[in-house]
Amino acid sequence: MADYQLTTPLTDDVVMSLHVGDVVTVNGHIYGLRDATLIRMFDQKVDIPPDLTGAICLHTAPGVRLEEGRYVKVSVGTTTSTRMNRFTEGLLGQGVKAITGKGGLLEDSTKLLQAHHAVYLGLVGGTAASETLQIEEIEEMWWPDLMPECLWKFRVRDFGPLIVGIDAYGRNLYLETKQQALAVVKHMEM
Amino acid sequence: MWSRDRYKQMAEAVAMLYVKALKDMPPDVRIALQNAEQGETAPIGKTILGTIRKNIGAADRENLLICQDTGTPVYFVQVGEYAEANPVAIERAIRQGTERATTSHPLRSSVVSPITRKNPQTNTGYRVPVIHWDFVEDRDDVEVVVVPKGSGSENMTYFRMLLPADGVLGIKRFVLESVVGSGGNPCPPVIVGVGIGGSSDLCMLLAKKAIIRPCGERNPDPEVAGLEADLLQAINASGLGPMGLGGINTALAVHVEHAATHISQNPVAVNIQCWAARRGRLTIRSTGDLAIGF
Repeated sequence: MADYQLTTPLTDDVVMSLHVGDVVTVNGHIYGLRDATLIRMFDQKVDIPPDLTGAICLHTAPGVRLEEGRYVKVSVGTTTSTRMNRFTEGLLGQGVKAITGKGGLLEDSTKLLQAHHAVYLGLVGGTAASETLQIEEIEEMWWPDLMPECLWKFRVRDFGPLIVGIDAYGRNLYLETKQQALAVVKHMEM
Repeated sequence: MWSRDRYKQMAEAVAMLYVKALKDMPPDVRIALQNAEQGETAPIGKTILGTIRKNIGAADRENLLICQDTGTPVYFVQVGEYAEANPVAIERAIRQGTERATTSHPLRSSVVSPITRKNPQTNTGYRVPVIHWDFVEDRDDVEVVVVPKGSGSENMTYFRMLLPADGVLGIKRFVLESVVGSGGNPCPPVIVGVGIGGSSDLCMLLAKKAIIRPCGERNPDPEVAGLEADLLQAINASGLGPMGLGGINTALAVHVEHAATHISQNPVAVNIQCWAARRGRLTIRSTGDLAIGF
């Protein structure tokens, strides 16, 4: 369990220095997206406006308020990543280096992350109050018709803690822990 | 009968109640999380529980929402037999209050059509808010409990018609495997709501009802309370832990609600509530006085 401070965009060297169980915080930019955003990107194959090379993508749909034509944060947290598991390949194909959310990703995504030298960073689900304070500004937003499931660009300061849940070496702490727990209960006397 | 003004006041109070529930964690859940953090032995688990408790503090201090998920609005309404209230007007006030909270705060609207996926941006829609009614003897008040039900945990919902021959052992195994098999998705440490018996629809409702009980309060029936204790111990012995990343705190509590069932049935339902077990309670007395609590 080592502590790291990451700055975006991420490089392969930085990603390869991370191992499951490490705790990181992030400075720079994070892109927010979720179900409807990913359907538009990869099922409807709509061009993605920003360049996602080296990016961190956060599974989120924030609460926002409109002030003088700009979107201002009300509550920015995260959502369950496993629901968006099938979009991992698409994101990594865009050069994304880290996916963050809660609940982890599945076996096929673990292999894809390894092949693309990328990681999954687990947020603590439900801790939106802290994360909202770590978001300095909503810098841009695309696809307002999907509100709140638009594509968001957040500038963050000391965003975290994020736990490396899946590393680029093929380890998935979520699946390992769940498999162990299921093995324990299988043989449990009730 | 209640005056027209009283329903207006009620709509205002429901709007306040919804926002308060999203920001102010119930004291019983705070205590359970504090105990979990103190007792947690896994380093990552302890970090997670510490982050959760700091988040509750940040929400208190900065007047922020605990979690970004404003939930599916679910209401449990109890009407006393001597309350001179009109249920249709109560439903209207609950809907108006939910919409008002969403547009005036503003809150993220988390409710869409299941067919078109269109979001009306009000946190309401066809047949939503979900409103459950109970009628209570010897009371003259109306009580409204709101649960903004987070979807990470709601998606981890399970139901099975077990066989009578599967017995209580079958129920225990089903609950245990459902909770552990959910991994980190429902944001553990969770409150596990279990419904046993009834018909399929009642069984599901009982599981939901179980999660609104103050965290860790035992079922008054000693046999059911024993089942709750056994299940809690087994779930936590699994080692799944906070956010599914390992530790001794997978569940804060197991709450079981039961009903009589058919001779050929053994229904069991599991409804999971995340650690952010938000709820609020509005009481409207016969005098018209309003009180908001948990």
